[in-house]
Amino acid sequence: MIEIHHLCVRYGDLVALRDVEGTIANGTSLAVVGPNGGGKSTLLKAIAGVVKPCDGHVHTNGARIAYLPQQSSVDRNVPITVAELVSFGLWRETGWFGAIDAKRRARIDEALTTVGLTAFASRRIDALSAGQLQRALFARLLLDEAEIVLLDEPFTAMDAATSAQLAALFANWRAQGRTIIAALHDLGEVRQYFPQTLVVAGRPLAWGATDEVLTPDLIGNAFAFATADHHHAEPHAHDHHGHHDH
Amino acid sequence: MAIMTTSDLWSPFVEFGFMRRGLVAALALSLAAGPLGTLLQMRRLSLVADVMSHAVLPGAAIAFLFAGFSLSWMGFGGLIAGLCIAIAAGFVTRSTPIQEDTSFAALYILAIASGVAILSTAGSNLDLVHVLFGSLLAIDDTALIAIAVVSGVTLLTLATCWRALIVSTVDPDFLRVRGGATAVHMLFLVLLVLNLVAAFQALGTVLSVGLLILPPATARLWARSLSGTVILATVLALVSSYAGLIASYAFDLPSGPSIVLAAGVFYVLSIGTRRYFTSAAATVRAL
Repeated sequence: MIEIHHLCVRYGDLVALRDVEGTIANGTSLAVVGPNGGGKSTLLKAIAGVVKPCDGHVHTNGARIAYLPQQSSVDRNVPITVAELVSFGLWRETGWFGAIDAKRRARIDEALTTVGLTAFASRRIDALSAGQLQRALFARLLLDEAEIVLLDEPFTAMDAATSAQLAALFANWRAQGRTIIAALHDLGEVRQYFPQTLVVAGRPLAWGATDEVLTPDLIGNAFAFATADHHHAEPHAHDHHGHHDH
Repeated sequence: MAIMTTSDLWSPFVEFGFMRRGLVAALALSLAAGPLGTLLQMRRLSLVADVMSHAVLPGAAIAFLFAGFSLSWMGFGGLIAGLCIAIAAGFVTRSTPIQEDTSFAALYILAIASGVAILSTAGSNLDLVHVLFGSLLAIDDTALIAIAVVSGVTLLTLATCWRALIVSTVDPDFLRVRGGATAVHMLFLVLLVLNLVAAFQALGTVLSVGLLILPPATARLWARSLSGTVILATVLALVSSYAGLIASYAFDLPSGPSIVLAAGVFYVLSIGTRRYFTSAAATVRAL
């Protein structure tokens, strides 16, 4: 269970997100929607523990967390193979000193097959397209066996067929009782894969069953925010993403 | 010495103890420099390492004031100063609006200025040259053992923690979420400072990063895999150390600059010829 209490996050002087309050039960599939700069990424980062709240707190009760950022910090300049990148997913098992034995190698191959990258196992990561890299990062998530999976715009670089293929994994994760929280733009995807939705625009506007939350009125309100009082937060949020590039 | 014979390739090491000790020291440094320098390059910390090497100077200078020209004491002083600067630079970057490159450049200038100022109060100009460019051929037993220990510890640590270092190099945020990112980075910085201090005794503050930067950069031009880069970088560092010492003996050059220049020859030649080789390889593949 994730408990969020009076959460507030600032970048410098700008309040990116405030007044988030609620609990997310284990096994929930929650979509986070809202305009650019509305605090979707910030909320995921706060749960992942990559940003510190200026007020309030997030309790994940020691759950294992996997976080796939919008722009991953993967440095493709390092000449490792796709299989090696995917093997990072075993980090919690291997720790600093564990080795990748034959059993673990088989699991890596299996994960690569699941995301359709079998032929790319020994290819170098700098040879992957953006969509293929995202598939590899999903394969890494598969090995991670996290209890809470945080996905920030996971389908941005992907065509419809690929996103459908990867979204099919959500059903497996749900069946395994994992909590999935994803920031998404495509409301069709939200309706299709996520029973619960949280709308944020600087603060939470609505939180509940997707069908009840995604009403035309509310969506209009949330996205009007982008041009209203909070619009100055957007360029800053972008700065912050840019920071992960190097 | 106008004409070199084959015996010139080994006789200096047979004849002179100081040449042998210099060679052993340079080879030990090279063994660690291959893998450590490759990681340094992949982590995009080459310039940071350059700054850290200069950060050693004030510590070494203070040790010189109290203990005279003792490589061991100066190395110890340098180690303390290098670690302090690494921590200070991280603190400035995290807690002020100053960007990392500026905070490192500021510390670099301060380290050089204070180091030279401290040395000038006590020593002659000759001492300064020793500190800046090293004295590989004046290495004493204690310094030689220190270099060997640093090299051995570095290789052992890299071998056991290689996976952790690679994960944090390729995807720092991945490790940040799982914990351990800071520990891995600190481990790397400690290894870096240890090797800079060890190399400082042999190559001086200005050139101590030479073997950490040039051979891995050259290897990166040719090798396609990470392990290939590490192996080639190590071989290039070893060959440069040997060739540099031979050249320094034959042409009466200072040993430190001579070794770094040998590594530089491989680098410049590789830059110059790589285009030809890669286009030839592409032609062969196309046939």
